[in-house]
Amino acid sequence: MSMNSIRDTFFEECEELLEALVEGLSHMEEASDDMEVINAVFRSVHSIKGGAGAFALDRLVNFAHAFETVMDKVRDRELAVDEKLMALFHRSGDQLSDLVASARDGTDLDPTAEDSIVKELESYLGPEAKAEEFSFSAVTLDFDGGAPIDLPDLDLADEASDDQQPKENLFEVHFRPERALYENGHEPLLLFDALAELGPLTVEADLARLPDFDSFDPNDAVISWNMSLVTPESETTLHEIFEFVEGLCELNISLSSQAPCSPKPEALPVETASEPEPIAEVASVAEQQPEPKEPAEISIAAPDIVLEKQPEAQPSALPTAAAPKETRGPKPTLRVDLDRVDRLINTVGELIINQAMISQRIEELDLPTVAHLTNELEAYKLLARDIQEGVMAIRAQPVKPLFQRMSRIVREASDATHKKAKLVTVGDSTEVDKTVIERLADPLTHMIRNAVDHGLETSAIRQSAGKEPVGTIRLSAAHRSGSVFIEISDDGAGLDRERILAKAIEKNLIAPDVELSEPEIDNLLFLPGFSTAGQVSNLSGRGVGMDVVKNAVQALGGRVSIASTQGKGTTFTIVLPLTLAVMDGFVISVGNQTMVIPISSILETIRPNSKDIHVIGTDSQLVNVRGAYVPIVDVAHSLGLEDAKARETNGILLLVSTEAQDLTALRVSAIHDQRQVVIKSLESNYTAIPGVSAATILGDGKIALILDPEELIKLAHYNPLDPFAQNTKMELRHA
Amino acid sequence: MTTKVLAIDDSRTIRNLLRVSLESAGFEFHSACDGQEGVDVFPDVDPDVVITDINMPKMDGFGVIGSLRSGPNRTNVPILVLTTESSDDLKARARGAGATGWIVKPFDDASLVSVLRRLTGHVS
Repeated sequence: MSMNSIRDTFFEECEELLEALVEGLSHMEEASDDMEVINAVFRSVHSIKGGAGAFALDRLVNFAHAFETVMDKVRDRELAVDEKLMALFHRSGDQLSDLVASARDGTDLDPTAEDSIVKELESYLGPEAKAEEFSFSAVTLDFDGGAPIDLPDLDLADEASDDQQPKENLFEVHFRPERALYENGHEPLLLFDALAELGPLTVEADLARLPDFDSFDPNDAVISWNMSLVTPESETTLHEIFEFVEGLCELNISLSSQAPCSPKPEALPVETASEPEPIAEVASVAEQQPEPKEPAEISIAAPDIVLEKQPEAQPSALPTAAAPKETRGPKPTLRVDLDRVDRLINTVGELIINQAMISQRIEELDLPTVAHLTNELEAYKLLARDIQEGVMAIRAQPVKPLFQRMSRIVREASDATHKKAKLVTVGDSTEVDKTVIERLADPLTHMIRNAVDHGLETSAIRQSAGKEPVGTIRLSAAHRSGSVFIEISDDGAGLDRERILAKAIEKNLIAPDVELSEPEIDNLLFLPGFSTAGQVSNLSGRGVGMDVVKNAVQALGGRVSIASTQGKGTTFTIVLPLTLAVMDGFVISVGNQTMVIPISSILETIRPNSKDIHVIGTDSQLVNVRGAYVPIVDVAHSLGLEDAKARETNGILLLVSTEAQDLTALRVSAIHDQRQVVIKSLESNYTAIPGVSAATILGDGKIALILDPEELIKLAHYNPLDPFAQNTKMELRHA
Repeated sequence: MTTKVLAIDDSRTIRNLLRVSLESAGFEFHSACDGQEGVDVFPDVDPDVVITDINMPKMDGFGVIGSLRSGPNRTNVPILVLTTESSDDLKARARGAGATGWIVKPFDDASLVSVLRRLTGHVS
């Protein structure tokens, strides 16, 4: 693992931590004293700081530190969370997110917002905390005492001793461990090793406190040591070695002499560590005299402990020994390049086409004893479908991160419009194709802004209407019948239909005398060039209208609809296909053409009786479906094809429901098959055709067009007053 | 003989950094994502030294030290605390709980390895 990939992982982890942070903050909003939640928020910020420090991302570290410090006060219950502080936390979270992004992408970030947030955060801390300087330079080990410390640079020291013969110091060290020193996992021998690296060391054990063998407790600390060390290093360096054991032992370090260095080791009063002879000797317990009185001088006997200078570490040259493994991680995951997944998806698409072709060829052979083969084929088909679903699942991601981003949008929008709003999300574990999530971000952002800006009323108006002063924006996601439903609703005033109508007439989008139903008026919002903002606010007036939202959703194979109730609010519903690559469709005949229509859009299929068909005027037909009259759209006619047979026999009716019309019956000549088809874009391979969403390759290798029922109905002439049908055609002519 | 390290930290980045530093210095590296997991895997890993973060979900670093220094699985294995805070208060608390030493994040490889060497006698 290279440093770069660790860095990448860090930023990935940051995304997860930021997600957890946003989630925690919104939980804090509900239960500001829940310690679990506060701890989780603290940890998110803290972990970002910790990781950022490793990559010297100082700006990120410093901001996270300020954030974390205030959070810590909340954690310690020194600071109560009020609305103002909560808002500051939210803004801090947003800022942290921006800082992470800027660190990751190497982009510049204007420090103004950051500075003002830090100032605000600091205002929650006492004056002493503000002064606390936070240094995260390269240094790492922190030593007790706060005295300025020179980190020993051994290389330099070695060179210096060769060239300049620096002064050697003779230190006397008295070291008497307490029991806790051993209990905390320390090993005196290792401390002696460390000392011996500084220069020639003599160690003498003091066994004065060693008790009788009978009363000997092996866990007790009874031995102390007296040492002499000759080293050019300073006393501070010696203290560093004992850093961890301070407080767990009696330690006395004194400089006993400071003499010009003698270059010859033999001249030193103690033996050098590099020599093979023993330089420190400790009495064995067995040979211990019962009551030693003169501790320092006695019983120097075997076994001997030899302290040798440790070989220098050679970190890079070392082959990894016993295959190191991580014991247990989080749920194991595998990171895969998205390109690879997409290549796989493409190949699986081809596999499904190939499977369809093989099936068809075998059928055409009309073999007499194919029963066995048919079973196998069926199994092949199921396997191909399993593979396809499995591969699609790789691309599926929960909408949670997308939804979480929206809480920021709500905050910013409510700040900008001086309205009070909160976001409620539902079903954020719903999984949707990655591309859909990515391409949904902009439309969703726009709709959320709109919901705050146009949907919600001001607190004063809300209160006078008997509503909560804080408006609610509800964002939900759910899987329903093979589609993903995303709803954006507000509990605002509802659409002002009179104003919408007036605006549409003023902008020449519809004829002044046209009679429109309420849903039709609502749908005017989706017309290009429509904007209801009476006055251009900070948020709207960016040249983005709902038509752009609609186009984006349609480009994903989805549709968007509105439902609004006066005084209660407005709901936008986006319905999207689960995947972008494959869909279930009916293979149908329209005229002499074979086409495909998405099953998800079909509610029911009917073979009508002649008595149920009613003709209205010259051209329009209705079908009686259990007492309800449903307009019929002749698909062939809409597409400019002739299909006399369907007209004569009344064909087969596919009942579909669309946003503009409750129910419509699409007339086709026949349904041949139900199958999974691989969607191939028509736009990128040919050009957009009205009423047709894409194309596919059938089992016989022929290309079949995939119909878009929504557009087909708009193309139809069944309602000459329908502004959408007319408008669509105008658009098409322009295009 | 290889020196076994058990690193307990909820940050994947820190675990990765430790892994890279320590494996290249010849340690056998094991890790756990929170205190509870660290304590759970301790007997199986049987490390020569433990490195633990303080702020972690489920069980924090003090909890880890406490359960390794007392109870049925009591051990004298060196425990290093990995912390971003360098306050004396925290060190005293860690020491009082039974920590062997501490490393302040961000750490550099050389100091980390030298501290571990000092606590375990590991020869790379």
